Amino acid sequence: MEIPYTIAERPDTGLNNVKLGIWLFLASEVMLFGGLFSAYILLRVGATEWPVGSTLLNVPIGTFNTIVLITSSVTMVMAHASLKLDDFRKYKTYMGLTIFLAVLFLCVKGYEYWEKVTHDHLPAQSTYLAIYWTLTGLHGLHIVGGIIVNSYFWGPGSAMWRTKREQFINRVEAAGLYWHFVDLVWIFLFPVLYLL
Amino acid sequence: MENVTTAEHVAHAEHGHQEHELSFLQTYVFSQDHKVIGIQYAVTAMLFLLFGFTLMALMRWALAFPGAPIPVIGNFLGSANAPGGQMVPEFYNQLGAMHGTIMVFLGVVPLAVGGFGNFVLPLQIGAPDMAFPKLNMFSYWSFFLGGVVMIASFFVPGGAANSGWTSYAPLSVIATDGQTWWLVGMIFLITSSLLGAINFIVTTIQLRAPGLSFMRLPFFVWAQLVTSFLLLLAFPPLEAAGVLQLMDRLADTSFFMPAGLVTTTGEPLPNTGGGSPLLWQHLFWFLAHPEVYVLILPAMGIVSEIIANNTRKPLWGYKLLVYSLIFLGFMSFVVWAHHMFMTGMGTTMSSFFQTTTMIISIPSVIILSALFISLYGGSIRFPVPMLFALAFLPMFGIGGLTGLPLGLSAPDLHFHDTYYVIGHFHYVVAPGTILALFAGIYYWFPKATGRVMNDLLGKIHFWGTFIAMNVVFMPMFIIGLAGVNRRLYDGGLQYAHAQDTMVWTQVSSYGAWALGFFQIFFIFNFFWSIRHGKQVDDNPWKATTLEWQAPSPPPHGNFATPPEVHRGPYEYSVPGAATDFTMQGQASGQDPEPAKV
Repeated sequence: MEIPYTIAERPDTGLNNVKLGIWLFLASEVMLFGGLFSAYILLRVGATEWPVGSTLLNVPIGTFNTIVLITSSVTMVMAHASLKLDDFRKYKTYMGLTIFLAVLFLCVKGYEYWEKVTHDHLPAQSTYLAIYWTLTGLHGLHIVGGIIVNSYFWGPGSAMWRTKREQFINRVEAAGLYWHFVDLVWIFLFPVLYLL
Repeated sequence: MENVTTAEHVAHAEHGHQEHELSFLQTYVFSQDHKVIGIQYAVTAMLFLLFGFTLMALMRWALAFPGAPIPVIGNFLGSANAPGGQMVPEFYNQLGAMHGTIMVFLGVVPLAVGGFGNFVLPLQIGAPDMAFPKLNMFSYWSFFLGGVVMIASFFVPGGAANSGWTSYAPLSVIATDGQTWWLVGMIFLITSSLLGAINFIVTTIQLRAPGLSFMRLPFFVWAQLVTSFLLLLAFPPLEAAGVLQLMDRLADTSFFMPAGLVTTTGEPLPNTGGGSPLLWQHLFWFLAHPEVYVLILPAMGIVSEIIANNTRKPLWGYKLLVYSLIFLGFMSFVVWAHHMFMTGMGTTMSSFFQTTTMIISIPSVIILSALFISLYGGSIRFPVPMLFALAFLPMFGIGGLTGLPLGLSAPDLHFHDTYYVIGHFHYVVAPGTILALFAGIYYWFPKATGRVMNDLLGKIHFWGTFIAMNVVFMPMFIIGLAGVNRRLYDGGLQYAHAQDTMVWTQVSSYGAWALGFFQIFFIFNFFWSIRHGKQVDDNPWKATTLEWQAPSPPPHGNFATPPEVHRGPYEYSVPGAATDFTMQGQASGQDPEPAKV
């Protein structure tokens, strides 16, 4: 029993199953973060006072983290492109870089969290801090998920390169789409929480 | 299809075995086969339906005979819940919240989408399986875990969630630990639904057999497709809301908590305030209104298949049905706040949402009308599935029409939170959807087992269920019009305006217990027929869609040869055709037997 179009594209839809699946998953993720951003807007509009993010958060560190994450998106693209160009060694390098940058992001984020905890800026403190912790925390979980998936494709999962080359490229592409989405969420989170 | 020989059956069976031998665990427990997963979903969901029903049967006792100890069962409920067999109000609240949660999230949706969707949809589109079989298995087990968490929550200190299935803040935020379990359970269920929805959409779009264009899809497949989109896009905001409520409960944040709340002893709450209880309601109903359509659309799909099959006529207005369905799906995202007319969100908002609500009733009425018109001029057969399908039409009609006054903000002021509301949505979901689900079980049972369910027992089950359900829910309109609040654990004993309706509360309770009694016929019939039902061929109902082209039960991989589709889904009584049904897989100019190699 072979399930059709797991690798090849279906002619009339122009998609394979993996690509359609990941896009649908991202659509649901948009709704998840959309719900949280709506909550943010509603709470902020209804609040009597709302701190400017930069007074509580460290903007330079946030900017640095933004750059780290955008760079990791670039290396992710390079990793996928290397596979397309049949260069497995380069893929290993770029994917490794992507994972490294993601871990770096989490470390920096962890430092920020630690700073918040030591200054007693906990979620219960104010609605602003509550939404800060919730949004960045949930985004952080998405980063962790991305690291797990990417590490699998960097390590044991890459054995597929020798056996099912095309399917492996498709999978890395799907992982890449997810990774860009996680990036994109941060690009919204950063100004909303740090700057506005 | 009548002359399918046993030789062919054997051939199919051998084909199934050629692939690879699977262990018992892989075949029946951690199966990746859509048919096994569908049956797992269906059976688990039916058990949950029974459990949810039992909770309600207990509540009906407290309502009908306030203060009286529950006979026999009351002794087993625990001294905290029912001292001396007499139910305490706190326990009644738990039962109420969990009845709603279990029926919606663990019963009807998993049966309608997880069960029927999984079993029937890949067969109807001629696919060998779902697009992502492993993900499909994971969906089921995530659902199962969610169910376990929900049931387990009855045994934590303070009992299960008790803030209604809607879990309105701030009540839910200060509720006992059961609410945290509820939220965790919901996250499992949401994950399950999301993965399932992705799987259904990809399967429908990608794995359709050659020739099966979108306008040749059976209406059931369309209904499942639109339902999946609703699940995909409506559930994540509830997940967001669930995360926020978890934060409120565990990290003392105040997303849903206004300032200045104190406990009954006057102690201030740890939450700082500044949140909005309305926010929870918006996020919750943004899911929960599309959820209503998640409950009803698969039912409409099932009923359409059965009506076309038993009137021996094409569905009237197939394209109209499909377009109405899609429109319904879109509109269901912009009506949610009609549940909130009483919250003081403002007349501008109310006007907007009552307008969209009136608009959404149009496609619903079109679908119902098209199904009624489909009956006209047909020479109708009345097997058990058709009886249930026919009963669905007026029952859903009552449910829908009684919803109109609720959708207008002025009459809603009177009806809000009364028994009228309970009567209304139960007519949609219980005599509506659940009758359709029974129809589906009787209809596709031969496909899953190769045997039909017993006709006499089925008819007893049908008439008993149909009458009892009306006895349960019709009095609720009377009670509700009198203005009795729906959340009173004693049926309104202490209120003057509820005195005259107490008798109707009792009638309703007797109806509920009778309903339970008639399900015994179904349960017996279901298990008995698996082994002893009358054996039938692959297409006992003489139907046209692709699932009837596969052997019963279909082997691993479903079809002996990948089917090709040559025509629309409902070619019944085509003039000049050899039989009164022409199967979708049958090429023109061929005999009624579909091509098999």
